Amino acid sequence: MTDNVVSMSVTTLPSRRLVQRQPSWFARLLDYKPFLIVICLAPAVGLLTVFLTYPLGLGVWLAFTDATIGRRGVFVGLENFQYLLTDPLWWGAVFYSTLYTAIATFGKFALGFWLALLLNNHFPFKSVIRAIVLLPWIVPTVLSALAFWWIYDPQFSIISYLLVDVLHLRATNIDFLGSPWPARFSLIAANIWRGIPFVAISLLAGLQTISPSLYEAAMLDGATNWQRFRYITFPMMMPILAIVMTFSIIFTFTDFQLVYAITRGGPINSTHLLATLAFQRGIAGGELGEGAAIAVSMVPFLVFATLFSYFGLARRKWQQGEAND
Amino acid sequence: MTSEITRRDVLTLGASAVALAATGAKPAHADINAADVAAPSLPIEKGASLRMLRPVRFVQPDEDVFRANAKRFTEKTGVEVKVDFVGWEDISQQTAVTANSGAGPDIIIGFSDAPHIYVDKLIELSDIADYLDKRYGGWLPLALRYGRKNKSNVWIGLPFGASSGPLVYRKSIIQAAGYDKVPDDHAGFLALCQKLKAAGKPAGFALGNAVGDGNGFASWLLWSHNASLLDEEGNVIINSKETVTALKYLKELYPTFIAGTTSWNDVSNNRAYSAQDISLTANGVSLYFSLKNDPATKAIADDTEHQLIPKGLAPISPMAGLTLNAMVFKHSPYPNAAKAFLQFMLEKEQYEPWLNANSGYWAQPLAAYADAAVWSGDPKVKIFKDTMKSTYYNGYKGPISTATGAVNADYVLVQMCASVATDAATPEAAAAEAERRAKRYFRR
Repeated sequence: MTDNVVSMSVTTLPSRRLVQRQPSWFARLLDYKPFLIVICLAPAVGLLTVFLTYPLGLGVWLAFTDATIGRRGVFVGLENFQYLLTDPLWWGAVFYSTLYTAIATFGKFALGFWLALLLNNHFPFKSVIRAIVLLPWIVPTVLSALAFWWIYDPQFSIISYLLVDVLHLRATNIDFLGSPWPARFSLIAANIWRGIPFVAISLLAGLQTISPSLYEAAMLDGATNWQRFRYITFPMMMPILAIVMTFSIIFTFTDFQLVYAITRGGPINSTHLLATLAFQRGIAGGELGEGAAIAVSMVPFLVFATLFSYFGLARRKWQQGEAND
Repeated sequence: MTSEITRRDVLTLGASAVALAATGAKPAHADINAADVAAPSLPIEKGASLRMLRPVRFVQPDEDVFRANAKRFTEKTGVEVKVDFVGWEDISQQTAVTANSGAGPDIIIGFSDAPHIYVDKLIELSDIADYLDKRYGGWLPLALRYGRKNKSNVWIGLPFGASSGPLVYRKSIIQAAGYDKVPDDHAGFLALCQKLKAAGKPAGFALGNAVGDGNGFASWLLWSHNASLLDEEGNVIINSKETVTALKYLKELYPTFIAGTTSWNDVSNNRAYSAQDISLTANGVSLYFSLKNDPATKAIADDTEHQLIPKGLAPISPMAGLTLNAMVFKHSPYPNAAKAFLQFMLEKEQYEPWLNANSGYWAQPLAAYADAAVWSGDPKVKIFKDTMKSTYYNGYKGPISTATGAVNADYVLVQMCASVATDAATPEAAAAEAERRAKRYFRR
């Protein structure tokens, strides 16, 4: 026994010494909270700085210079913005961006909400169909834009072909993109087609969070279909509508690919959005400063649209338990 | 007027190159007259190696022959040359980065105006240009314009070739309308277009945002009425009575076009012509080759003719070729090697096979190469031979600058034409608007 005790004390001695030893400077450093915070944040901050803050800052800075591709600019203050205010093309782009966003967002929400309500019912192959509905959103925009480009082609449009050669309803092809107003609405239609799945699936997710007991209670009270929609579904969906609409407005207002791939802003600049005009001036035209100024000029519109949809739709007093006046 | 490359085009020509290589047959060569002139002394730097960028090929043999030529230079001088082929859309941005950062390739073959934009970053090429000038019968007008600094004899670029878009038409349809060729005057051209419209096979010229075809048509309209964007000093003179006359003519001409040309881009006219919807347009040689190489459209190719675009009031058929323009950067540690390389590539042993390999997509900048074998092949391609004899260029008739390219890229002239054609603006208002937009680009 004693032997044993002795041997044990001998064997445990080194390990006890290890425990008592001071932790290394490195371990202590890792235990130091401010250091840990810095270390853990550094990659994220680095990435954000390099890939977000720097380009954004550079873009804003360029807007105040007369830089061109191939030449460093000098600071010119608000000259670019002053010029834009006198430029009918910029005003045209502001007009069309607003119109495009307004009509396309309305269309996407009307049709998307409707689609969400339909998909919320029980029917065979529900999951498959829900997946298929997402397709327009999944397909790369440039691909769907090319498809629409063919659909709207002045000579080879499938719609014109059906109307003229198959159904003989018209004598001539439809000129979708050749004059301003048809071109504008053709692009809006393409944007709505592309945006519906995002709205529908997001709203479907929202619909499924509404407790069925609310509908059961309403049915017991004898509420009609419309009343159930108006007084249960719609108010319960308000918060998610606000978020989805905010995103949708931002995506639509800053759209680029669809317009650039189908019309490049034509005919005669009638379908330029601010994003395509900024690219056209800044990269194709080489006037980096002016292009950046056009891009920066989108910011106030975006902030306004975001605040409007967010505060206009999301902040309802009933959500905080007060009366809805 | 940029020509569009179709995949089929590339495939078939590529296949024929492979067949040539396989059978060991060599393409025909012509005797090029070369004067006996002493070449400039260019002692190649020790340990020199070169890197260069150039735009991607139209056809596979272009790249093959270019690489083979570069390899011969390496064998002869021991200088390694690394050639990178860059997409057409990217080459100007890459040139800008190279020029501004002072690093990267020693040589870039860019397009038309590039050396004029980066003139202070480039070395002078006058010695080899003068040598080539004397040896090969002189530089052609377009090469002189794009190669030399404005109003001087200082060479900053070395043109390698140009590509243009003349009229392409269906012989049988023009004949059925009562013509054996397209009239060279405005009234006759309008009358022909009206007859084609009545026959249900109208003309079609791009008035949409098409960098090549749209600008080509707008420039033709202006130049053939003696209107131009700039005067010799570089002042914007687009708002002139000649421009208004040109736009009024367009107002009569436009209704004869097939519907929808205001939304056309660079491929639209190729498609409409191939589908036999139109009988007259303007395009590079690619359209003809794509028709010829496809058995389904071979008949259309057989019925197709090329002709220089109508002169109108201009002394010669006014069109500007897209020009390949080589430049050597000051930051290159081996300027002599770079110059020796460019000179080597333009010598007849290298240049003629390369020109032939391009089957007419590019036309020579030096007079003696008019005898190259490519121009005695298919007679329908022969018309492209004189592309660089044109005295018209983008930004005619002012000095070439960044702004001339920007005005094209921003479709200022195309949109001026389109707005008049579609009655969105009066000719006077459209010309004034074009002046406003152009002046913005030319403000410095």
